[in-house]
Amino acid sequence: MSTEAAKEPSMLMQKEMIARNYEAITSKHETGRKVSSTFVPGNLNELLMCFDIVNNLPEINAIQAGMRKASGGYIMEAEKSGHSEDVCTYVKADIGQMSKGNIAPNGKPYPDPDVLMLSYTGCYTFMKWFELLREQYKCPTLMLHVPYEGDGHSTKNMRDYIVKQLKEVVIPGLEEVSGVKFDIDRLRGYLKNSAKAEDDLVWCLEQGKHKPSPIDAYFGGVYYIGPIFTAFRGTEDAVKYYEMLRAEVQGRIDRKEGPLTPEGTSFNDQKYRLVVEGPPNWTHFREFWKMFYDEGAVVVASSYTKVGGMYDLGFRHDPDNPLESLADYCLGCYTNRNLPTRVDILAKYVEEYEADGLLINSIKSCNSFSAGQLMIMKEVERRTGKPGAFIETDLVDPRYFSAANVKNRLESYFQMIEQKRRGGGSKTVAA
Amino acid sequence: MAVADIVKRCQDMYEDLNFTYAREWKAAKAGRKVVGFLPVYAPMEMIHAAGCLPLGIFGGGDQMEVIHGDAYYQSYICRIPRSTIELGVTGRVDFVDGMIFPFVCDVIRNLSGIWKMMFPNVWSKFFDTPQNFDPSIGGDYYAVELQELREGLEQLTGRKITDDDIRRSISLYNENRRLVREVYAFRAKEPWKAPTSEVYVLMRAGLMMDVEEHNQLLKDYMAAAAAEDRPKRDNVRIAIYGSFCEQPPLNLIKSIEMAGCYVVEDDYSLVNRFITEDVPVDGDPVRNLAMSFITHSVETSCKYVPKLGEKGKYHVAQVKQCGAEGVIYATPSFCDPALLDRPMICSALTEAKIPYISFKYAENSGQMQPIREQAGTFADSIKLWS
Repeated sequence: MSTEAAKEPSMLMQKEMIARNYEAITSKHETGRKVSSTFVPGNLNELLMCFDIVNNLPEINAIQAGMRKASGGYIMEAEKSGHSEDVCTYVKADIGQMSKGNIAPNGKPYPDPDVLMLSYTGCYTFMKWFELLREQYKCPTLMLHVPYEGDGHSTKNMRDYIVKQLKEVVIPGLEEVSGVKFDIDRLRGYLKNSAKAEDDLVWCLEQGKHKPSPIDAYFGGVYYIGPIFTAFRGTEDAVKYYEMLRAEVQGRIDRKEGPLTPEGTSFNDQKYRLVVEGPPNWTHFREFWKMFYDEGAVVVASSYTKVGGMYDLGFRHDPDNPLESLADYCLGCYTNRNLPTRVDILAKYVEEYEADGLLINSIKSCNSFSAGQLMIMKEVERRTGKPGAFIETDLVDPRYFSAANVKNRLESYFQMIEQKRRGGGSKTVAA
Repeated sequence: MAVADIVKRCQDMYEDLNFTYAREWKAAKAGRKVVGFLPVYAPMEMIHAAGCLPLGIFGGGDQMEVIHGDAYYQSYICRIPRSTIELGVTGRVDFVDGMIFPFVCDVIRNLSGIWKMMFPNVWSKFFDTPQNFDPSIGGDYYAVELQELREGLEQLTGRKITDDDIRRSISLYNENRRLVREVYAFRAKEPWKAPTSEVYVLMRAGLMMDVEEHNQLLKDYMAAAAAEDRPKRDNVRIAIYGSFCEQPPLNLIKSIEMAGCYVVEDDYSLVNRFITEDVPVDGDPVRNLAMSFITHSVETSCKYVPKLGEKGKYHVAQVKQCGAEGVIYATPSFCDPALLDRPMICSALTEAKIPYISFKYAENSGQMQPIREQAGTFADSIKLWS
């Protein structure tokens, strides 16, 4: 596991983009650029770019810390200072990291943000997280409240409310922080780039319908969504990245190859096709992934790759209606949709991607995803007739990753799928 | 009526998980509907104006065994959604025609979707209150949301809700809130006469009965409690925070009192205290309800605090106003809002030199000895060193 993971050109390009962004963040005192902290779901990257603000994402920093095996120490540090063992480990990793020097992946200290852009979409904890950070940084906090689609759809009132907040709170606030006047045409330009990149992302994700699948829509998927969910949506770089990714995926389709594993081999011998619900575990990411490809399981569609926008349902950022389009984007993120809609989406994935079933990775930290997942599993099983399975891990707390338990459950699940294929038993029982 | 009679009546209602009062209320007249709501706030005026009985559903407490509900939730999720599902699956709320799931946290939010799937014939609504408190932004949004709630209730009942209907309900609930505030003020002044174990069931029962009946009960209780001769003990005065959603068992409240604490302030079942002033009766009633929420509602963990430096100040002010000497921050296990807020609220208490302790509970917590010991030690420490 300690060997360097094999990387495709698009991954190397993304790595370079991320490194550049960390450099921009950590050099703010030299460059004079302003830095915002913000979240992945409902992020307003194009808008921040209109003010030359660099986008720092605490969730991504926590993921980075998780993958570098540093998050466990940060979490315990936060718990020592009074944060409950029951709450989100992203929050605790972020807060614990501050007391450990707050060092970015490039080895330089994170500067204090100039603004906390609290776009509050689909996750209650976001609100508390930035209330906590505000105590620390004492900087302006701009709240964008995005109502939840409780009845399964957005309404004109919700959209108007968001647009009004953008016009009267967020944009004036960003003008004040940055000293840059808002230019709506600049926003339109970025949104045009976003839509191009979104087209290519959707194309890539939909290739999971091929057999063999040229993508892994969960473990590989987190790389595919990287630029568009973070600090690059709206940039030329993101457009180029998705063109490159698309060409790579097309190449694999032409060669009838599966995705590249971290060990550098093409994963062609695909025995099981899964839809996965929920975020991955980050502290044991490669070990977790290996459990799948070792058993011949490829993920053909996932909900986590929709957490920062549900582009596969047709939404595109629209330069002709810039603010309304940002509102629609925020409203439509996966965890802002009600449970019946999430069931519809997952059942549709199981059918359309000809999957063997739905696997849920239930995350202790994330009630937004996790509360109701057992009901989701039962419903998707009922509708599709395909077996479901349930495993439990955490985002960045290594104490909640039990490799043996996860592996056992996965193996039982694959046996269940085999049994189902052989026609053994008509009942579907969760692993 | 004597205090004991009032308290017994309220406690019987509070413990009745078949909701006999609400069933009988519904059966008394053809066409009546009951609309349940979960913590932490629902505009009861609107439900009442629709001719429905608002029914506070605060989980299953410690008297109900949860069997089915556990199959819907992982071990790391709080208990109130499990016991609420248990209430549904076991038919205890089969007479409830509508359910409102107010914004509290992601768990209750997602429960609204579960309810839609499990009980498709029940009108159910996730009720998202604004987190922007500018009257022209959050206020406008909320007024339209209330209007949509009104239309949903009209569809449920098949009758129009007029502005005058809402105004009449606002008047009744204004009186209810005034009386509720009086009871709490009475408790803060003479807590030995109005112990929280009594006030609590009085309030919980009020969220399950007709508002006019509750208004009378509140008056009766205050008169009876004031007349009763109860000894003043050498207790410390404490405030309890963090208990706004999943409620503690009554025994936990009693244990804190038995450990030498007078509870003079709390955030239990906030619903009838959520709006802190009278809602104006004249003018557009929907707008009035919206603006009252925006400008005159309590600070709790479910609401965003927009201003830097303000977090926890509300709690400090409340503690000072009611003369509490310390705070018990008691939260349900796995309660995101309360637990994420805890470091910030406790930091504000520390800054204001207000002593505090914290612990976790579940609505079915049964072992009270550790609670008594912790609360007793806290009370002693206040007496000795504060």
